[in-house]
Amino acid sequence: MSILINKDTLVITQGMTGKVGQFHTQQCKAYANGANCFVAGVNPKKAGEEFEGIPVYASVRDAKQATGATVSVIYVPPSGAAAAIDEAVEAELDLVICITEGIPVHDMIKTRYKMQGKKTLLIGPNCPGLITPDEIKIGIMPGHIHKKGRIGVVSRSGTLTYEAVGQLSALGYGQSSCVGIGGDPINGLKHIDVLRMFNDDPETDAVVMVGEIGGNDEETCARWIKDNMQKPVVGFIAGITAPPGKRMGHAGAIISGGQGGAEDKLSVMEESGIFITRNPAEMGRTMQKVLKG
Amino acid sequence: MKIHEYQGKEILREFGVPTPRGVACFSADEALTAAQQLGGKVWVVKAQIHAGGRGKGGGVKVAKSLDEVIQFARQILGMQLVTHQTGPAGQQVRRLLIEEGAAIAKEFYVGMVVDRVAQRVALLASSEGGMEIEEVAKNAPEKIHTVRIDPVAGLNANEASEVVRAIGIPDVANAEAVQVLQGLYRAFVEKDAMLAEINPLILTADNRVVALDAKFNFDSNALYRHSEIVAMRDLDEEDPAEIEASKFDLSYISLDGDIGCLVNGAGLAMATMDIIKLYGGSPANFLDVGGGATTEKVTEAFKLMLKNPHLKAILVNIFGGIMKCDVIAEGVVAAARQVHLTVPLVVRLEGTNVDLGKKILADSGLPIISGNDMADAAQKVVAAAKEAI
Repeated sequence: MSILINKDTLVITQGMTGKVGQFHTQQCKAYANGANCFVAGVNPKKAGEEFEGIPVYASVRDAKQATGATVSVIYVPPSGAAAAIDEAVEAELDLVICITEGIPVHDMIKTRYKMQGKKTLLIGPNCPGLITPDEIKIGIMPGHIHKKGRIGVVSRSGTLTYEAVGQLSALGYGQSSCVGIGGDPINGLKHIDVLRMFNDDPETDAVVMVGEIGGNDEETCARWIKDNMQKPVVGFIAGITAPPGKRMGHAGAIISGGQGGAEDKLSVMEESGIFITRNPAEMGRTMQKVLKG
Repeated sequence: MKIHEYQGKEILREFGVPTPRGVACFSADEALTAAQQLGGKVWVVKAQIHAGGRGKGGGVKVAKSLDEVIQFARQILGMQLVTHQTGPAGQQVRRLLIEEGAAIAKEFYVGMVVDRVAQRVALLASSEGGMEIEEVAKNAPEKIHTVRIDPVAGLNANEASEVVRAIGIPDVANAEAVQVLQGLYRAFVEKDAMLAEINPLILTADNRVVALDAKFNFDSNALYRHSEIVAMRDLDEEDPAEIEASKFDLSYISLDGDIGCLVNGAGLAMATMDIIKLYGGSPANFLDVGGGATTEKVTEAFKLMLKNPHLKAILVNIFGGIMKCDVIAEGVVAAARQVHLTVPLVVRLEGTNVDLGKKILADSGLPIISGNDMADAAQKVVAAAKEAI
């Protein structure tokens, strides 16, 4: 098992025919069982065509009907990406993974509002996607740094997630699933949602949780962990040195008014029994220490 | 993206929010003409910079004669205005707003922000006008009234009216205050703002509700659909290095330290700054070259870092995923040659094609210090920066 996706997941790619979509579709198709997983693309102007042997449909609804796919990944440019999420939600997919970076915040507020009461889960936007090693990769992460195993990884960042995964793999700790939830202020699944799934997944033994300054998702998650999590969690927060009020690349990473600072987050996490490290080079070794007792 | 107060007030007026009459000026002569045009007996001379706390820093003066208007305009224009938001160096004042005076009976605070938890726009209102909302939140949180606004229905008149009453605006002015809040909300959404504040919103002696200040911060991801907001950008208010960086699609922020950082990905870039600090060094900048760094981008990134006179060493930290390590290595070598690197350079590469990347660096003949992992690289760059002192 794993969380959210596995080798049998069927995926629709929204924005497959664009430059970014083409490149990553090739990469995802080449990873593990990808050739059987990526079954459809969507582009209303190119319906009936094919890319890499993957048929293009006019709409998500058509693609779902024709292939039985339940998950979509979005590479649509920022101005149309929120509408692409809306389309996937209306087609009642189980899960939408939005890779697109730079979607206006007010577009996402409207999209999240429309998602209330709907069955579709959203990961992202502005995220690397998710991977279940040796089964399926949906997103832009480098597949080869991953290793199949029993550690869950959840993170708001892209390359910092790869750093955590790289450290785990180098020490021989493979991953059950790795989830990049994205760095935007208005997004889908939060740390807490993913931690719940890892807690329930019999094939996950422990979790690495990588956070960032801004917002209070990590604090909320930490409090949940304290009362509910049955597996050890290792945590790191990026941005201890970030000056207040500056936007460090991710729109979510603004510390304002004393909320969402790295030290605040770390102390709440520590109090909640999370094994925190202040050194980003020690995420893997901290996990090793925890597991070896 | 931030704008000036006078620009913010133009937007407010467009959405039916009353403001004092005023004119933006660039010289004392213009200030005098503006005051004459406005008429009356009292004028307010206000420094226009993109930072709060201007009054305390001496950037806002009430003039009771035309002579005083000229005198204050001369005083304020060109001054280095230091506020708690500018840093110790302050910000040079290049623009003024000359406004008619207002008879203030009471001051209030209204603001809007994007609430990440509720995933809606939140209206914040308080009876404590003129104070920073952060201070009120700390000392008297019960005085802040919050409404999380339904994105489809918008700000409902009943909800707005309740908030207006709760902060102590008398019923005689309720309707006008509701109009202010609804106008502010429409401006916030239609202009894609991330933050808007009217502080203070005043009740005048004759029970009118007027926005005495206006602060806006816009979503840079939405500027593509707001040329009218982009036209309000004032480059004098921004860090030259950050402006230069934005031309090359680099995300750059100047910091106080002496170790330059070049990293791919925002989270890893922050973590790199953190680890430098952890090993006793101090980062000179945040720099995210993004996912598709080319040789040109890397070269420009080096040039930017080298413009900093305090720079003592550079750390390149790349986790190559989609971006291959050999491509980055070639970029680093080309950039180092082109800019005639004068400070120690530590490079840590990991990920796709890492061995090829390391070989390119080693074969370049350049004095590049190789870092085996993030910790090793950080320790080496901190040591190199210390030696350089």
